[in-house]
Amino acid sequence: MPLTWLILLILAIAFAGYVLGRRRALNSAGGDRRVLHSLPSYYGAIVAMWAVVPAAGVLIIWLLVQPYIVNSSVLSTLPDTMVAEGSSFSLVMSDVRRVADGLDVAVSTGAMSREAAASLSTEDTDVRETLGDMGVALGSAVSAEVLGAAQAYRAMNATGALMMAVVVLLITLGGAGFALSRSHAEFRARNAVERGVLALLIAAASLAVLTTIGIVFALLFNTIEFFKLYPAADFFFGTNWAPSFSGRGGASDLGILPLLWGTFYISLIALLVAVPIGLFAAIYLSEYASPRLRSIAKPLIEILAGIPTIVYGLFALLTVGPLLVTMFGKDTLGWMSGGTAVMTAGLVMGIMLIPFVSSLSDDIINAVPQAMRDGSYGLGATQSETIRHVILPAALPGIVGAILLAASRAIGETMIVVLGAGAAARLSLNPFEAMTTITAKIVSQLTGDADFASPEALVAFALGMTLFVLTLGLNVFALYIVRKYREQYD
Amino acid sequence: MTDASLSPAAAPRAGLIATDARTRKRNAAEKRFRAYGICAIGVGLLFLVFLFTSILRSGLPAFTQTVIDIEFTVTQEQFDTAEGKMLKTKEYEKLFIAALEGQLQERGLEVAFDGKAIQRLVGKPGGTIRSYLQANPDRLGAPISFELAAASRVDGYLNGRITRDSLVDSRFLQASDLDLIDALQQADIIKGAFNWNFITGTDSGVDNPGGAGLGASVIGSFFMMLVVLFLSLPIGVAASIYLEEFAPKNRWTDLIEVNISNLAAVPSIVFGILGLAVFIQFAGLPQSAPLVGGLVLTLMTLPTIIISTRASLAAVPPSIRDAALGVGASKMQSVFHHVLPLAMPGILTGTIIGLAQALGETAPLLLIGMVGFVAREYPEGFLSGFTDANSAMPAQIYTWASRADPGFYEKAWGGIIILLLFLITMNAIAVVLRRRFERRW
Repeated sequence: MPLTWLILLILAIAFAGYVLGRRRALNSAGGDRRVLHSLPSYYGAIVAMWAVVPAAGVLIIWLLVQPYIVNSSVLSTLPDTMVAEGSSFSLVMSDVRRVADGLDVAVSTGAMSREAAASLSTEDTDVRETLGDMGVALGSAVSAEVLGAAQAYRAMNATGALMMAVVVLLITLGGAGFALSRSHAEFRARNAVERGVLALLIAAASLAVLTTIGIVFALLFNTIEFFKLYPAADFFFGTNWAPSFSGRGGASDLGILPLLWGTFYISLIALLVAVPIGLFAAIYLSEYASPRLRSIAKPLIEILAGIPTIVYGLFALLTVGPLLVTMFGKDTLGWMSGGTAVMTAGLVMGIMLIPFVSSLSDDIINAVPQAMRDGSYGLGATQSETIRHVILPAALPGIVGAILLAASRAIGETMIVVLGAGAAARLSLNPFEAMTTITAKIVSQLTGDADFASPEALVAFALGMTLFVLTLGLNVFALYIVRKYREQYD
Repeated sequence: MTDASLSPAAAPRAGLIATDARTRKRNAAEKRFRAYGICAIGVGLLFLVFLFTSILRSGLPAFTQTVIDIEFTVTQEQFDTAEGKMLKTKEYEKLFIAALEGQLQERGLEVAFDGKAIQRLVGKPGGTIRSYLQANPDRLGAPISFELAAASRVDGYLNGRITRDSLVDSRFLQASDLDLIDALQQADIIKGAFNWNFITGTDSGVDNPGGAGLGASVIGSFFMMLVVLFLSLPIGVAASIYLEEFAPKNRWTDLIEVNISNLAAVPSIVFGILGLAVFIQFAGLPQSAPLVGGLVLTLMTLPTIIISTRASLAAVPPSIRDAALGVGASKMQSVFHHVLPLAMPGILTGTIIGLAQALGETAPLLLIGMVGFVAREYPEGFLSGFTDANSAMPAQIYTWASRADPGFYEKAWGGIIILLLFLITMNAIAVVLRRRFERRW
């Protein structure tokens, strides 16, 4: 793999640079390290940094940009008629790529020489058959244009890779050489290295911002693309969710309201389970429990938070669902027809959220100063009266914040609803019916062999955007409430 | 001064020793409140117990497999005649059936069965026997013991999933076979064995739950965790060092801080969308590759690692920094030579917990194509382990859970036991690290 070799080569040059830089600086000081401005290792390190950092930056940018340039120039060689024949650029391009990959395989297994692959033409051979003989299966016959484009694609990729290697190595050597030329006793190597390290630290910290930007752009562009194909008003106010599975042609109803309703209903049930249990557990553990009980019960409850959501999903699908059916199914009450239902998902999600609510509330209740409790006891209140009339009001903003954070968790939860809530989108009040949520539909619209240009696939990005805005809004609101209404005790 | 306290409406007091109705009411309320708390904790723990019993009860059968263990002798003569026939494996099957009948009669168990029944129970044993004899011709004439894996329905009958009442005759299993199974069980020929294939094997097709194994997806998860570890640890530590030790108070650092705390709360499925749009659509990385999964999980884990790393950096007392600066170290040297080593146990603990979280995360993997891919093969080498399509443990569990054959449910639960074992081990390591190396200043 040439890329691996390139990286190893850069690292080797950097190492050589380190040794040379260190030695050169020591030599310029006549072998007396007291004359140097910095410790000798800094002279080596600055050379290594100059060798690696610019080259790595160029390498990454090159790897990201090259596919684009190659794709667009290959596409420009194709005649427009091909694209107009009822398919899109991306489909033609994937054909071209498949043929090129086939040729690559043929060359790498030695079944075809490099020259033969480059000079292959559709006039004297059936490319599909030739490649098929070599174990490369192609879906359809290869036209002359596609073969030509594939050959151009391969040629450009090869030159691109070669140019990249040359340019990156030149930059490595140039950087190392430049830094090496400066290694002498008076050079302030430590300051230079520390400036470089600080820049790297800042870059690492900025990655968080970059991730957010990445999320927003990934969602935004595809959402805009979706709204070009499907009217935004129908999406936000449509009460029917019925994507057509045939792909193009059939009209899909993509209204978000049934999904929003399912999401909120399931989250509501989850909170109805989690908030009372979590809150009372937190109150008992922080106000009544002996240190011994607390040291056992608190970690045990928090185990529930460490269990992966796929486990809860399976628990909902295979244990809780069938259990609820035996309790409310057609043999007894007849309320429930299948194991997957709002109740199933909500109940299990509630279990998942108990430790979330309890440990956040625990922290908040513990933050209420002891003096307030003592004052209340001094007035003759019982412990429960103190809790209800003094501690809970004081901790209320924090607890509301905790509940909002739990709600945002519930809304964004995926695996439990994918496995436990069912797939039918409907607006109904019956909690024993199957409903579906935003997250479950994102999964179902984006898995499988969907064509990314169709509204049925793009709708997932609009759903994702809605989800992102919703959870972000809840978080910001929760933090705002906590900050704004937090009593300051000192 | 008013004399409100002397108002005639005041309730008469019964005395200091006897409790009045109001006090009793208040005390009862106190007791009730306490009981609510105990109930809440009880319910929470009950859920935990319920969850774990149902995992263990449904998952443990995945680790055992029913085998038919039989010892019999094939003579050179029998071998030669069988090899001379047209249907060679059929002849071996006859030998097998004869041996089985012989051993049942020896123990005085009378049960009628035919070749079809044997096929329903163990598939076609003839092929296995023939290939063994061909590979080891020197064993001819001596007693050889064969262990043949029984069909998954036999498994189901023996561990109670299928009962005599619930069984519907089909080409997979018939009611008459159950007598044979009972007889074989009495004769100690049919028995449970540890299913190594479940741990080391690869995924099977949709119609063969018995042969499904988790091994390949464990390797997939391992490569993902390598990516997460080698990206998120250095980046997370670097970011935390900057924010905790160097960052000036300005707009940019505020923005970074807000971003980190918000990213920690973004639903994991959104990171999956990011991975799909940026790494697969935009950067053209291969679908279902552990590399892509690792990158997505890195972005997800970073906030966790940054938050815990900052806490452990902040726990190092300022006197350490001051002392380093006092003997002439630069700011950078004081951080890298003194503060960072002292914070390392805390950082590693946080990293392991972050990795454990990433290991169990499923939702983003669904979007980058790790589900639906059938992990039938181990990756060929170390580098292709990152880029070849593979599954991961939670994705494999999801795949099994969504298959139609209920035989896979058992495998899914079994997979969860293995996943939880990994998580428990990682968390235990984190706890030990914390106990052993944490310093209180």
